[in-house]
Amino acid sequence: MIGFIFRRILQGLLVLFVLYTLSFFLIKALPGDAFTTEKAMSPEAKEEQMKRFGLDKPWRIQYGLRLQRLLLQQDLGISPKKNRKVSLILQQSFPASVVLGLNALLVACVIGIPLGVFSAVRKNTWVDYASMGFAMIGICVAAFIIGPLLQTQVAMRLPAFKVAGWDNPVDWILPAITLGLAPAAYLARLTRGGMLEVLGQDFVRTAQAKGVPALTVITRHTLRGGLIPSVAYLGPAFAYLISGSFVVETIFQIPGMGRHFIDATIDRDEDLLLGCVLYYGFLIVILNLVSDIIQAYLNPRLRDSL
Amino acid sequence: MADTSTVTEKGSSLWRDAWLRLRKNKVAVVSGVVLIVMFLLCFVAAWFTGDPNEQNLANKFAAVGSSSGNTLHLLGTDQMGRDLLSRILFGGQVSLLVGLIATSVAFVIGISYGAISGYTGGRTDAIMMRAVDTLYAIPFLVLVILLQEVISGSASEVATWLVKHWKFPDETTHRLANILPLFMAIGALGWLTLARITRSQILSLKQQEFAQAAISLGLSPSRILFRHLIPNTLGPAIVYVTLTIPSFIMYEATLSFLGLGIKAPNSSWGVLIKDGANYMETQPMLLILPGLFFTTTLFALNFLGDGLRDALDPKAAKD
Amino acid sequence: MRVLRRLLPSLVPALLLSCDDRTAADRAVEDRILIVGNSSEPKGLDCHLVTGVLESNLIRALFEGLCTEHQSVDGQALPGTAESWEANEDFTVWTFNLGRDRKWSDGVPVTAEDFLFSYQRILTKTLGSEYNEMLFYIRNAEEFYKGEITDFSKVGIRAPDDYTLEISLRGSIPFLPEITKHYTWYPVPRHVVMKHSNGKIDAPFSGWTKPGNIVSNGPFALKSWRINDHIAVEKNPHYWDRDKVQLDGIRFLPVVNSYTESRMFFDGLMHITYIVPPEFIPYARKNYPDQFRSELYLGTKFVRCNVTRKPLDDIRVRKALGMAIDRESLIENITQGGQEPAYGMVPPFGNYKTGRAISFDPDQAARLLDEAGFQNRIDFPRITLLAPDRDVSKRMAEAYQGMWKKHLGIHIEIAQKEWTSYLNAMTNLDYDLADSGWIGDYLDPTTFLDMWIKDGGNNRTGWANGEFEEILKQSEHERDPAKRLLVLQKAEKILMGELPAITIYWYTTNYLIDPRVKGWNPLLLNNHPWKWVSLEPN
Repeated sequence: MIGFIFRRILQGLLVLFVLYTLSFFLIKALPGDAFTTEKAMSPEAKEEQMKRFGLDKPWRIQYGLRLQRLLLQQDLGISPKKNRKVSLILQQSFPASVVLGLNALLVACVIGIPLGVFSAVRKNTWVDYASMGFAMIGICVAAFIIGPLLQTQVAMRLPAFKVAGWDNPVDWILPAITLGLAPAAYLARLTRGGMLEVLGQDFVRTAQAKGVPALTVITRHTLRGGLIPSVAYLGPAFAYLISGSFVVETIFQIPGMGRHFIDATIDRDEDLLLGCVLYYGFLIVILNLVSDIIQAYLNPRLRDSL
Repeated sequence: MADTSTVTEKGSSLWRDAWLRLRKNKVAVVSGVVLIVMFLLCFVAAWFTGDPNEQNLANKFAAVGSSSGNTLHLLGTDQMGRDLLSRILFGGQVSLLVGLIATSVAFVIGISYGAISGYTGGRTDAIMMRAVDTLYAIPFLVLVILLQEVISGSASEVATWLVKHWKFPDETTHRLANILPLFMAIGALGWLTLARITRSQILSLKQQEFAQAAISLGLSPSRILFRHLIPNTLGPAIVYVTLTIPSFIMYEATLSFLGLGIKAPNSSWGVLIKDGANYMETQPMLLILPGLFFTTTLFALNFLGDGLRDALDPKAAKD
Repeated sequence: MRVLRRLLPSLVPALLLSCDDRTAADRAVEDRILIVGNSSEPKGLDCHLVTGVLESNLIRALFEGLCTEHQSVDGQALPGTAESWEANEDFTVWTFNLGRDRKWSDGVPVTAEDFLFSYQRILTKTLGSEYNEMLFYIRNAEEFYKGEITDFSKVGIRAPDDYTLEISLRGSIPFLPEITKHYTWYPVPRHVVMKHSNGKIDAPFSGWTKPGNIVSNGPFALKSWRINDHIAVEKNPHYWDRDKVQLDGIRFLPVVNSYTESRMFFDGLMHITYIVPPEFIPYARKNYPDQFRSELYLGTKFVRCNVTRKPLDDIRVRKALGMAIDRESLIENITQGGQEPAYGMVPPFGNYKTGRAISFDPDQAARLLDEAGFQNRIDFPRITLLAPDRDVSKRMAEAYQGMWKKHLGIHIEIAQKEWTSYLNAMTNLDYDLADSGWIGDYLDPTTFLDMWIKDGGNNRTGWANGEFEEILKQSEHERDPAKRLLVLQKAEKILMGELPAITIYWYTTNYLIDPRVKGWNPLLLNNHPWKWVSLEPN
């Protein structure tokens, strides 16, 4: 187990390196640069800026210099569009995203998993159809519709809620629902599917035949196996949730990470984007590892793969 | 050993069994019919609804069932005074195609990738799954812009060339040339989670008796994989894939905004819903009507997916 | 448990507060804090390094130039750091007398030295200022910036004493006080900038603008700044005219999503929005008539034509495209913000009379297209209209497309691109037609004309005309302001005669404002001086 984790962490570092390299060259291939602005800069001013940020050198040298700076000085560089250090921007932005992501995850699990279990146990009854219908709505109705709906129908009617802003924990609720509803639906559907797989298996039938109470059958015997597809999904989904969502953050005016991914791409703010990519890559590596470990714990058959 | 005997005795009839079981599932059958009707509406009836791009600014936001001159606007008109029904039906062509093709691409890649990775195991598995991790974190928007700049340009050059030298139909060829890079963009990243799910399924199935038996019988790995293991993973895979269709259809709208895929003024459900969302308070019909078509289709797809899952479940055979 | 314990103290008051039926805007009125939407996160607060409108809103609160805006009259300069000023008879040398009571927010006096330092700083190439061209009116400023002169004392700025600033210009500029209202002409505190940059004049990221470090000379001082959340300023106790400042503070919210912004206003979370999205305008007019405002704004919307490409190299084609656009219908149905159909490049203001150069005339348009050799419309090549990835741009593009189809019978494709790709394509002349526009920097026609010179960074059409440039140069030597405007009119006529950019409409700003906000009047540049704004509970 320890050996496995150690190996995976080494692999993870390799992933981050490849990711950084790949992203660097992809970003470089984009048309325009950080100084392509609506009011054009004078050629002199632009040249000066390019020199300042080392953008005048050939790509491979820029790449080498950045890597050197990253590895030797642990420095992510400066964002020319925000006039401050990338590390500072990330530091200020990630807490809001983590809080929002955790709340959304809570929403997703609390709604999704029970819905999935109920509909699997009561398969092809109205409970099943109703839960799955609800889940489908969660998937079909995108965040950019749920968000404004919650703003106009909840926030503007109830004084306890604000349309937008991120000042106290009450403000977490509506964005968390907006962000969490789609993953809730995924979880409900995947849990239902996973549960049905397991419910059909011999050991469950044996337990049922032996007269073990239904609830015990579910919690003791089926839930473990039934959750496997959900857990495989949750790894990357969790990374996605806590790295921020552009749509939800802009609708609810949340100072999180999500918008940096988009803004930095559009601004060609290379260092900021690479910083974001590294952060997200780190989350993916760690959370996929955790997800793999949990899957192995839930399903002994997977343990050999560790 | 029951499983093994089932599979080896009547392995080839798995699909026929599934079809028989599917036919018995009422909800799935109804869903299937709804889907067929939707296809007919979008691909046949659409042509009888007039030009989806004809503007009449003076007649914008016309009410449902109103008419201007001698044209009836059954579902009213949009912000540019264009017939909404026609835009929804023609838009459906794009969205259904995206849903089907992009999803199939993602489905095929995801399942084979995950299955091979899980089945082979060891170093290959590690490399393949770390590659997936890497792709997860590649900034999507960057890829999209690059595809738009590099591929779209070349695709439209190819289209122009085909029209010029091979007398390809102008409009259709250019439309296809616009849409192809879109499928690449969506297909490129849509399969990652599916690959992870399939892989863990395969890892688990590999340990089960029937698979062990197949291995000990000396069957070839590809036969074991494609004949015995993958069919058993299809259930969760179908569930997941039907889940991703709506997000693919909505992706299409985002991408078309960035110039990838269909171009304005052409519509798709995603584009109509996205535009309609801006009128949520003021002209709700612009959101609700395309939303209804979209949701109905997805409900149908999903319940059909459930039916398929049940039908493909090898254990259900014993019922 | 720990989380819960941390949460409870903040949740309880939040829920209690919600029993209070006053909105955030109500409470802010009582605290005399103005809450305004400011669209996006600023690039910074260093007035030598920023370029945008939203930064300008912040900088106007924090800093003050030689002259400041009048709260209700366009083109009138009020004393700022300068108490008084005068020009010589041909407007080439200006003397500004600084008030002796002008102080930085740390109590240090603002002197002419600060101005010399500031102008040297922005003109130092290695600082990397993007907007230094605004200072090129000063004699030898351009030469200094480009390194042709290395001695700053040769540049036309002198400080005979601590409180006098003498500026010599490269030509006759009667509107210099207008220019000094622009933030590139604002002073920065030498003692603070140098402290944080280790004595280097050209260190751009020294951190002197961070909360805690920054020192400013405007009516307000920076209080707090949370990225993508808010920037708060509070009354500057050392400001010379502090008795006139009515607000105790301003809270700027960088609300990117304009729909959210309007909903925040409806929900009582702010006093002034940055804009109102076009979809909401009819709704706001109807339901919030006392709050909705639509005012002329110094900007022109146009479609750039790439004149280096066929068939747009033909003036007749460009004119045909221009005459086939029904501007009234566009404004009434798409933008809906009371914009004015633009029959010229320069929006009419003050004493400048914009000539009527283009209007909607479908028959003439069709004739021109025939003349250009496209009697058979099938011969018209497949060309593309470039547009950025924004909702309004898409609707505009669709409307142009529809009108060109209807009135000219030609099909023009739409290509939407993400913002920087769009700018890049335009800069590299890699487009046919492009939906774009221009916002004026100061109240003078040149802000709309200078950009069209050959190879100008903002030209982006490939168009050039020697006579046009000759006339522009002439205007710099015209001493009589009225005659000067006539000269500029001639230049505009040449530009519009060749139509490298098809003008569509003159901008308006549409926004929502709480009726309790007083002292906020329509201004063409939309650069409201914060010091006159007040909040009065009714």
